[in-house]
Amino acid sequence: MACDDNARLIHGYIDGELDLVRSLEIEEHVKTCPDCAQELWNQQTLRKAFRSANLYERAPEGLEAKIRASLPRESKVVPLERRRALQWLAVAAAIAVVLFTTFRVLPSLIGRPESSAVMAEEIVTSHIRSLQPGHLVDVQSTDQHTVKPWFNGKVDFSPPVKDFAEEGFPLVGGRLDYLDHRNVAALVYQRAKHIINVYVWPEESKAARAPRSISSQGYNMIFWQAGGMYFCAVSDLNTRELQQFVDLLQK
Amino acid sequence: MDAGRFERIVLPHLDAAFNLARWLVRNQQDAQDIVQEACLRAFKFFGGFQGGDARSWLLKIVRNTSYSFLEKNRPASLAEEFDEKVHVSEMPEPDAEAVLVRSVETRMLREALDELPVRFREIIVLRELEGLSYKEIAELTEIPIGTVMSSLARGRERLRESLLRARGKEGLRGVR
Repeated sequence: MACDDNARLIHGYIDGELDLVRSLEIEEHVKTCPDCAQELWNQQTLRKAFRSANLYERAPEGLEAKIRASLPRESKVVPLERRRALQWLAVAAAIAVVLFTTFRVLPSLIGRPESSAVMAEEIVTSHIRSLQPGHLVDVQSTDQHTVKPWFNGKVDFSPPVKDFAEEGFPLVGGRLDYLDHRNVAALVYQRAKHIINVYVWPEESKAARAPRSISSQGYNMIFWQAGGMYFCAVSDLNTRELQQFVDLLQK
Repeated sequence: MDAGRFERIVLPHLDAAFNLARWLVRNQQDAQDIVQEACLRAFKFFGGFQGGDARSWLLKIVRNTSYSFLEKNRPASLAEEFDEKVHVSEMPEPDAEAVLVRSVETRMLREALDELPVRFREIIVLRELEGLSYKEIAELTEIPIGTVMSSLARGRERLRESLLRARGKEGLRGVR
């Protein structure tokens, strides 16, 4: 076929890898060549399919901890290393206690008895994990007009993103996370030295429910539902200020 | 050997490592083992890491570990055809405009991707899922940049054909 060369270049074009001159040539060419125009449309459709399919395979829970544990450490322990090891012990103990208490403490949260206890425990674990270096944000910006559109194409819903810097709760950024077998949006805020994660995901039943608040191992969580989405704000911030923050979000 | 520095610089790319391993070997458990092994290797060689793109550095090790695994355990999957010639698709569709359906289910795309010969699949995963540039892919896979583009073209064409076949089987031929 005469257009074999252009067929290759169309891929460079859609991947944004062609220089300006070639890009313009391709754009002109597809106006007059039905085969190449079809090919362009085909590839753009395939690209859309990839975006909505979300085939990215994230590392399973626990793999990171396994790897950290397997890294050989110096036998002559430097104080920093020891402190880090103790921190991990504390986290592991905290998670163990969370697991133990949530199954007894949260039977009827949000009207989904079996899964809600697991969910709260998952959220605390996820929150703790996000506090590790390099894990807090995928997009770092205090501008809601940068963070909100960042989620387009990464989740199949649009989380509400607002900045509350004036009220003392600045936006730090956003993160794609994974809870209860689905992609969720995590909006990251800060209050003084405390990090607040707000997890957002779409919820089937549209009836708004009153917020519920629980505590687990020093972390406070407030759950609520509004506008077809579930929210959970989690932080080691005290409940009073966390509730203040949630009130701002609910306005 | 500073484990702390390694954790800070390399471990944030664990998802990328797992994603590549899983798509190369097509098995969750094997991918986990491979990533663990690759990380240990990476840690051993970390002294030689001069800074720069830690993700690509880790992915190269994951890639090598994955291919070693495939050579040892699934040599057949490496022997698949890798024809780089590209042509505009010549699928015998009755209506040239109604060639590809708009909505492709995740499951179908996942299966079609799994079916591709491993070298096509790898390049598509690095481009579409990991978002690497042609240059980064060329450096990682050690093939010329022009071949990256051709392989992408060929791989995507085969994906499309595979999806159309799957769609046809489900009785939805000719849907726009």
